[in-house]
Amino acid sequence: MDFDLNDEQRLLKDSIDRLMADRYGFEQRQGYIRAEGGYDRALWLEYAGLGLLALPFREEDGGIGGGPEEVMLVMEAFGRALAVEPYLAGVVMVSSLINALADEAQRAALVPAIVAGETRFAIAHAERAAGNRSAHVATTARATGESWILDGAKTLVLHGGSADAFLLTARLSGKAGEDAGLGVFIVPADVPGLSRRDYPTQDGMRAAELTLDGVALDADALLGDNRDAFSALARMQDEAIAALCAEAVGAMEKALELTVDYLKVRKQFGRPIGDFQVLQHRAAEMLIELEQARSMAIYATMMTREPDSVARSRAISAAKVQIGKAARFVGQQAVQLHGGIGVTMEAAVGHYFKRLTMIEKAFGDTDHHMTRLAEAGGLAA
Amino acid sequence: MDLHFTDEENAFRAEVRAFIDANLPARTRQKLMEGRKPSRDDLVEWTRTLHAKGWSTPRWPVEYGGTGWSPIKQYIFLEEVLAAPAPEFLSFGVSMVGPVIYTFGNEAQKQRFLPRIANLDDWWCQGFSEPGAGSDLASLTTRAVRAGEHYTVNGQKTWTTLGQYANWIFCLVRTNPEAKKQEGISFLLIDMKTPGITVRPIITVDGAHEVNEVFFDDVKVPVENLVGEENKGWDYAKFLLSNERIGIARIGVSKARLRRLRELASLPGLDGTCAIDRPRFRDRLIETEIALKALEITQLRVLSDEAKGLNKGKPNPASSVLKIRGSELQQATTELLMDVVGAYALPFADPHEARNEPPVGPQWADAVAPLYFNMRKVSIYGGSNEIQKNIIAKAILGL
Repeated sequence: MDFDLNDEQRLLKDSIDRLMADRYGFEQRQGYIRAEGGYDRALWLEYAGLGLLALPFREEDGGIGGGPEEVMLVMEAFGRALAVEPYLAGVVMVSSLINALADEAQRAALVPAIVAGETRFAIAHAERAAGNRSAHVATTARATGESWILDGAKTLVLHGGSADAFLLTARLSGKAGEDAGLGVFIVPADVPGLSRRDYPTQDGMRAAELTLDGVALDADALLGDNRDAFSALARMQDEAIAALCAEAVGAMEKALELTVDYLKVRKQFGRPIGDFQVLQHRAAEMLIELEQARSMAIYATMMTREPDSVARSRAISAAKVQIGKAARFVGQQAVQLHGGIGVTMEAAVGHYFKRLTMIEKAFGDTDHHMTRLAEAGGLAA
Repeated sequence: MDLHFTDEENAFRAEVRAFIDANLPARTRQKLMEGRKPSRDDLVEWTRTLHAKGWSTPRWPVEYGGTGWSPIKQYIFLEEVLAAPAPEFLSFGVSMVGPVIYTFGNEAQKQRFLPRIANLDDWWCQGFSEPGAGSDLASLTTRAVRAGEHYTVNGQKTWTTLGQYANWIFCLVRTNPEAKKQEGISFLLIDMKTPGITVRPIITVDGAHEVNEVFFDDVKVPVENLVGEENKGWDYAKFLLSNERIGIARIGVSKARLRRLRELASLPGLDGTCAIDRPRFRDRLIETEIALKALEITQLRVLSDEAKGLNKGKPNPASSVLKIRGSELQQATTELLMDVVGAYALPFADPHEARNEPPVGPQWADAVAPLYFNMRKVSIYGGSNEIQKNIIAKAILGL
């Protein structure tokens, strides 16, 4: 039982905290959002320089070999800063699939360019008819001679509009909804037959819809030649949720900080509104939610190492439920305690509220994870 | 970072469990399993069994009879005690007055009282609250006037838990009415057999006699029973109240109750249906399981800080978080038990009367409503949850 950071982790946390303090003022962030592609390329290259893009990739492939704890530290700092770069999709999720599935030649071809910030991948998995069913992939991949032909559509592809390439799931056999028969393809964004619709999201990021119409790929485009990638996708999703939990903790921490600061400076009836007990208690309740969420984010992070996939999924679902509820409470109350200014675009707190709201909806909302946990028999006490 | 217990800690857990299994009387275990309270004799018997093993005061410094276990081992021990379930220590002696005596008491007091606490030869109760001093404890008015070698004590204490069994009471008394209210209080140890003490029962909503009023009418207390310095009692009381970080959330109690809940909810009721098959019940059960897991990790984070010597000797504001959420979960689990038992919560079996007839509902059902009623106390005692929120706002958030 040990909740300490080691020296290297502390160093990582310090350097990223410093970078965020330097680069992520409110106005700076607004500037990044307006940039082409929805984020600042120069900052992305700074992340590469710090080793953040290499963090979760294996050392032998040109990565750093960091574990879920390191990812947690980065995501928490990004949550505090409300960072809009495609780190979750483009590094955390992409590394999960590449580490799990890619063969040596693919890793040699992909990883160095990703960690240098030269090539950016997005994950194209969700489909409109899938809802929360991860195996509901109707996009097909047919082998014809020396190539693959892909047809179908992908939805809510995070940072898909500016991606150079995709890791895209397609069905090699079976019917939509079946676990078996899924593969992950390397799909360049400029391949003929692929069209995309890029759009902004509520939380200051971007996403895209993809359509694949007879997209032809080389035979070696199938990641690791693996035709049964469901468990790797499930693991990717669990790792993404753990990372998202850490991001939510960072965002909630900052939202509470902003709120408490505001309670100390805002005066009404001749005194700081933080003197009023009803507001003190609300802030105390926010802190309790934050601390419970932090505990569950740590739990989720550590449980991503759990070899038993059922136990892992239970833990992840439990964490997502707790984080989802906390995110809703802390986000709503942070706005409430700010009063009118809280519902304006010019105050930072509303932006935290929006991101926290979207985190609750991502990768299965609270209801979904409650159901998943119930079906797995609950969380043994 | 690592969430796992070490091999040594797991071996320790197995050792504790094996000891409990071999030594805990079956009738005591059965009683607790059904959500009933241990009797005075059950608790004395079990404490003496633990004492013989050297485990009745594990958190005390080794020189006074402690085990020297790490905070994590203390936690494991408590978890196993509650999981068994075995009776908990009588906290008034082991967790409250004992640490005050070995920290602030003189040598004679240590020699005289500590061994008798460890063997439950003395049954201690707490004389803090008064009818006019609840959340505002420092406004207490029980008066102690020194004349020669005695204090003369007059006043009234209330909510004195298990005072009917006690032969000693530790009291906060006012020794200087002129000083600022926190600065005129002293910490006195009083023999309950002293003339002038009257104990009157208070029956709580569950029908149980758990708490009492204690009246002091010209009670003579030798000055050797003053702990530490006169008028410094408030400091000792704060120490006492913030000392209980490991147990305050009572996570082990809630864990054991949740496991029991899942078992009971999976048994068909008299109508043949199982509570666990009702989606709304199931969801609330799982929400409680999740909240408890979160609290358990929070508790372990606090323990891990404590093991490293962080925040040593200071009240840890995180204990307010643990108290609030821990009490809410103790209540939530009893609410869920009520949902499992349903209408068969209705029949009342007076705990003070011998029972000749079989229970009206299922065997365990008649203990559920009293437990639910009784548990309303946990968000009120030990600093109400509202007071805890004041502490968080002030000490953590700086409001």
